[in-house]
Amino acid sequence: MTKTRAGGVTNFDAWKHSYAARAENLAVSEVRALFAVVSRPEVVSLAGGMPDVAALDAELIEKAFASMMANRKDLALQYGGGQGDLRLREQIQEIMSLEGIHSSVDDITITTGSQHGLDLISDLFLDQGDVVLVEAPSYVGAVGIFRHKEAHIEHVFTDEHGISPQALAETADRLIAEGKRIKLLYLVPNFANPSGVTLSAPRRLEVLEICRQRGILIIEDNPYGQLYFGEKPPNAIRSLDEQNVIYLGSFSKILSPGLRVGYVLAPPAIRDKLVLANESAILSPATFAQMLVSEYLSIADWQKQIETFRDLYRTKRDAALQAIEQFLPKVQTTRPDGGFFLWLTLPEGLNSKEMLPLAVTELVAYTPGTAFFGDGRGADNIRICFSHPTAANVRVGIERLSKVLNQQIDLIETFGKTD
Amino acid sequence: MSNLRVLVLAGGISHERDVSLKSGRRVADALTDAGVTTEIREPDSELVGHLMATRPDVVWSTLHGAVGEDGSLQNLLQLAGIPFVGSNSAGARLAWDKTVAKVLVAKQGIQTPESITLPKSSFRELNAESVLAVVGTELGFPVAVKPAKSGSAQGFAKVSEPKSFAKAMVDAFAYCDQVIIERFIDGTELAVSVIDLGKGPVALPAVEIVPDSGEFGYSERYTAGKTSYYVPARFDEQILAEAARIAVSAHESLGLNQLSRVDLIVDGEGQIWFLEANVTPGMTETSLFPQAVLASDATLPDTYLALVKLALKS
Repeated sequence: MTKTRAGGVTNFDAWKHSYAARAENLAVSEVRALFAVVSRPEVVSLAGGMPDVAALDAELIEKAFASMMANRKDLALQYGGGQGDLRLREQIQEIMSLEGIHSSVDDITITTGSQHGLDLISDLFLDQGDVVLVEAPSYVGAVGIFRHKEAHIEHVFTDEHGISPQALAETADRLIAEGKRIKLLYLVPNFANPSGVTLSAPRRLEVLEICRQRGILIIEDNPYGQLYFGEKPPNAIRSLDEQNVIYLGSFSKILSPGLRVGYVLAPPAIRDKLVLANESAILSPATFAQMLVSEYLSIADWQKQIETFRDLYRTKRDAALQAIEQFLPKVQTTRPDGGFFLWLTLPEGLNSKEMLPLAVTELVAYTPGTAFFGDGRGADNIRICFSHPTAANVRVGIERLSKVLNQQIDLIETFGKTD
Repeated sequence: MSNLRVLVLAGGISHERDVSLKSGRRVADALTDAGVTTEIREPDSELVGHLMATRPDVVWSTLHGAVGEDGSLQNLLQLAGIPFVGSNSAGARLAWDKTVAKVLVAKQGIQTPESITLPKSSFRELNAESVLAVVGTELGFPVAVKPAKSGSAQGFAKVSEPKSFAKAMVDAFAYCDQVIIERFIDGTELAVSVIDLGKGPVALPAVEIVPDSGEFGYSERYTAGKTSYYVPARFDEQILAEAARIAVSAHESLGLNQLSRVDLIVDGEGQIWFLEANVTPGMTETSLFPQAVLASDATLPDTYLALVKLALKS
């Protein structure tokens, strides 16, 4: 057992005095601890944003693995370059062309998942107190990174068509007038995590123009763009501007998050620094995983696999919406045309964080809305992820969630509002 | 080396699952160091079959929450004739219900803060606002609100004014259908672990808890560095001796066996108050029971092995 003992006093952390100030927020949380139950099979988890990897063709993955070991073993087991495997970058060009993006292979940097790419970019651009504009709500992983970099996170009003250009301009102008330095606008424009909404084509142009005028760099994070259920979403913002947008892509949702392969498309000057930062942090992204992805893309009909995912997730989305209509009639929900998530708004007075212990008892897990805000909002929201459980279990989970809500309503009616 | 086979139960579906898993791994590590063959297992639908098929020499449950602490598991193991570490079913049941435990301990002349325990239904039937108004007036603010059956400070709140009552009640009832409202004793928190290695229960050195934030909540319990622990506690010998006496007395009056942790508060006058007793104390890297063992100049492997051997004998 590790212990710090000086004159009979122990705090279990001999280096408490040495941490950087930004480590202060890294504490064990009760909410996080409650999520431990999701690993139990009895619990229906509508919490984690996980793809249904059971829908992957395992035989194809095995073939890709065998092919990699037969043809590129020496490279796959060795260190690689900081920018990532050239062949994979060429294949990424093809994938990005589906989003209307034309790019040079030189401007692509492979990262350990796009989360790592976002962390590197944040390191390059954010000093303490710099402003990052984000949607309301925004991706929890991005909020976490920006908070850790000690940035000021400013949420911008977002509706069913995505971030509001008017609110964006007003917010930016207000902050600039206050003397704040706005460095980045972070967006998930397609089937956003957590809201599920998609930024409309006209708004993409407006957002781009607003940012150009004010010198704000856009980070476009697009893990869900290919997972559309109906109409394909508009082309990426990056397809409209090469200089003012950094584009993040990922294989986590169209192949496997276990491989941890993502990528960043950045203008050359930024790319140079990104590659150096990547090398400095990890020497090289995992060559083994990169080459497995590359082999898979070479031998598999990966677009057909994406179609399989689309059909699967559409079925689950429909199951979720039907269940909400039946079991949660007083709850408002977004109705996304792709991706993994529904964003629920609870009846007045309910608090999604306070309800979590009840959810554990009812064997259902969800993510409270507060996780998706950097300013304490979101208590009346819940993110539901429908992608991982079966459609039948999505329904079971939502029925259980209705019991949680009813118990909480009963408590609120008994004791009155809690705020 | 020993040929003992110990099944450590950890996890389960409870609000304290995470803590339980950590406790289980720590216990298993210490027992492995002592040369015991250990297996860590979740309580699930196949557990009973597994127990009967493998019949481990001893079961050590680090399950926190209902199944592990309310006596159910102990009852089953007793019935199956499988030895286990810790209190039997009857003792576990008494300690698990904090209200019952307070009554039994108070009968031994031990002070425990005045309190009232009410189920959700009472508040509905009697009008929560009126009930809380009376409770607030009679107990006086601040009060401690906590689930009657829970641990790790989950659902706990200190309420200093009437308007904060509603949130505290809603939070506490999210964990349990009965809530204790207890007069809040301002003072120093002490944890006194009790161990019985066959010669009667003895108190281990008291651990004084000083959280940086002033409140010993979930984060303060399980984030290294957020709480300072003084072992032995910084009180004079007389108070420490009295705390030890109270802890052993509470352990005995609840009919507990082998090990427990008794939580106490020492107020500004030096008066000691009993809060609760735990039959399955946390065994994580920041938990109080292992600290007390180490402060008594024993080692965890030796102590845990002794508990296992004693369980086997009894």
